[in-house]
Amino acid sequence: MAVTLPQEEIASQMAAVGYIPDRDLATALWLMGSLSRPLLLEGEAGVGKTEVARALALSNDTRLIRLQCYEGLDQSSALYEWNYQRQLLAIKAREGADADEVEAQIFSEKYLLERPLLAAIRQAKAPVLLIDEVDRADEEFEAFLLELLSDFQVSIPELGTITATTIPRVILTSNGTRELSDALRRRCLYHYVDFPDVDREARIILSRLPGIDAALSLQIATMVSLIRKEELRKAPGVAETLDWAATLAGLDIHHLRDEPEAVYETLTCLIKTAEDRARMTRQVTDRLLGKVA
Amino acid sequence: MHAAEKNALPDLGAAMRVKLGVFVATLRDNGFVAGLAETRDALVILSGAASTRPSRLRPAWRALFCSRQSDWQKFDEIFDAYWLKRGMKSATLLSGSPQKAPAGLKAVSSGARGLGDIQNADHVRRGEDVETTDTGRSRRDGASRTELLSRTDFRHMTQPEDLAEAHELAQRLAKGMRARITRRMRAARTGERLDLRRTIHKSISHGGTPLELVHRRRKEKPLRLVVLLDASGSMSLYSAVFLRFMHGVLDAFREAEAFVFHTRLIHISPALRERDPQRAVERMSLMAEGTGGGTRIGECLATFNRWHAKRCIHSHTCVMIVSDGYDTGPADNLGTEMQAMRRRCRRIAWLNPMIGWQDYAPEAAGMKAALPFIDLFAPAHNLESLKALEPYLARI
Repeated sequence: MAVTLPQEEIASQMAAVGYIPDRDLATALWLMGSLSRPLLLEGEAGVGKTEVARALALSNDTRLIRLQCYEGLDQSSALYEWNYQRQLLAIKAREGADADEVEAQIFSEKYLLERPLLAAIRQAKAPVLLIDEVDRADEEFEAFLLELLSDFQVSIPELGTITATTIPRVILTSNGTRELSDALRRRCLYHYVDFPDVDREARIILSRLPGIDAALSLQIATMVSLIRKEELRKAPGVAETLDWAATLAGLDIHHLRDEPEAVYETLTCLIKTAEDRARMTRQVTDRLLGKVA
Repeated sequence: MHAAEKNALPDLGAAMRVKLGVFVATLRDNGFVAGLAETRDALVILSGAASTRPSRLRPAWRALFCSRQSDWQKFDEIFDAYWLKRGMKSATLLSGSPQKAPAGLKAVSSGARGLGDIQNADHVRRGEDVETTDTGRSRRDGASRTELLSRTDFRHMTQPEDLAEAHELAQRLAKGMRARITRRMRAARTGERLDLRRTIHKSISHGGTPLELVHRRRKEKPLRLVVLLDASGSMSLYSAVFLRFMHGVLDAFREAEAFVFHTRLIHISPALRERDPQRAVERMSLMAEGTGGGTRIGECLATFNRWHAKRCIHSHTCVMIVSDGYDTGPADNLGTEMQAMRRRCRRIAWLNPMIGWQDYAPEAAGMKAALPFIDLFAPAHNLESLKALEPYLARI
């Protein structure tokens, strides 16, 4: 077929800014635009969920607005807050003035502090809104988010309703610390981000570290995928792979099997707990290296 | 449902719309959360560029219909069974009557059941959110045939008056626990941050001078209780009683999860959330086929740690394991998993019905391996002994 499909076009746009999506993810990103639904990304830590949003913003040449969720996140740090200090000053400065006038003054845009969610719907060009680790926020916040994501308008009691100037593309990520509500899940498109396969990981290394030898990047990707199969407490993520690749390239290594010492010593880039470190003994490392072509 | 779909996109064939409707219903039977909006969007995708080939349509619909990892794993199988075996092109060409499509589905699903490989069927059953609906019953058959399981237990607890009495007791107990715990938390009154919004509000009556300061304090988490019940043969005398207790717990605690294990771990919270105890037991006995056999505690805890712990356990969680500690798997395996669980949760209470017996010493190898990681090792041979737990839970 000569016509490029929209998902393929998105894939190549993303690749141009350094993120190599698989076809399923490209399809999900395309649907996100065409159905205007938020996209929920789940997957192990370190598979590059946050990176998707960054690359999407970059490829569309638009702003990335990020809301990091945490326990106890509330409306005033997610949506908007009044600048109380300035308001208090203004009240003091206008003491004796007409009360209505003062009130109109202090509840104007000037005293409004935009937080990520409000900022996201007031951009001139539709931004990418990343709601990171949404499972860390409370259920109440999730319900509020659901409302915002369907209406894209915010009502501020003192100021009135603010309707979105542009509808942001919303990406939510979750690490599964809490089960999300069915309503939110239903509202979103879903993509389960897995660790990239060897080929894709090698391409990721190549695109991020352009100077690296293609053969070496393939070896590194193979080695990392073998390590991931070793039932570790914390499987190395893509960022770790990139760190390791940069280290190996910096040490001027061209073939992993020629330098088992250096490989063993630099494994600290990949292995992040004492338990895993104890498990990845010299023997295990050598055995895995033997499998790397 | 069908009426709404017809209004959505008039240019697609009627047969296709009905087929899609039935497909969505099949997905719902398999525990997918799919509403009308999803069906509408599926039609939009279908009429667009992606639908030229099944291989393009599938990822698009998968992104749309799936909402959790277990869905993600199931989707391809369902899609292939439904669409590819019947042939999608012939379906679009078909101008048949709407009534015929559901009949076709039955043929497809029964065919898929016969062919479905054992590994997959088992995996689907183990998935976190397998809903046991009435139609789900028939899909189970393939797997249970291969495992040759007995379905004897849980049945004898269906005497209504028996059930009602025990259930009420358990519920009262669980409610008492919760009330005590939450009251204690409300009493904490000091705050670490100033709530400016409220402070300004209060200052209005003093002419703008903030005399009364309002503080903000962290909201306390309610205690979450995760109960893991051993339903193996050696426990069969007790498991019925504890199941009733778990039903009460799930009903009364704001946050609770329940699992049953024998040779496998089964997440039974969805079944237990059924308000009607009779129906809950019905659903559960479907889920817990194979009770009364051996126990692989270590392996089941490993499953729990791998797939459920992250979601179920937060910093204010008490894990309650009810088991006699007779493990048919290796004991050090159990030790390792207990250690892993210990790292995550606040307290582990191990209730052992055998403690109530005279001259009991925890000598089973599994029990010995688990002991170092247990905070409370208590007897539990009836509901009375559970009452003794109340002060302990309230302290956590």
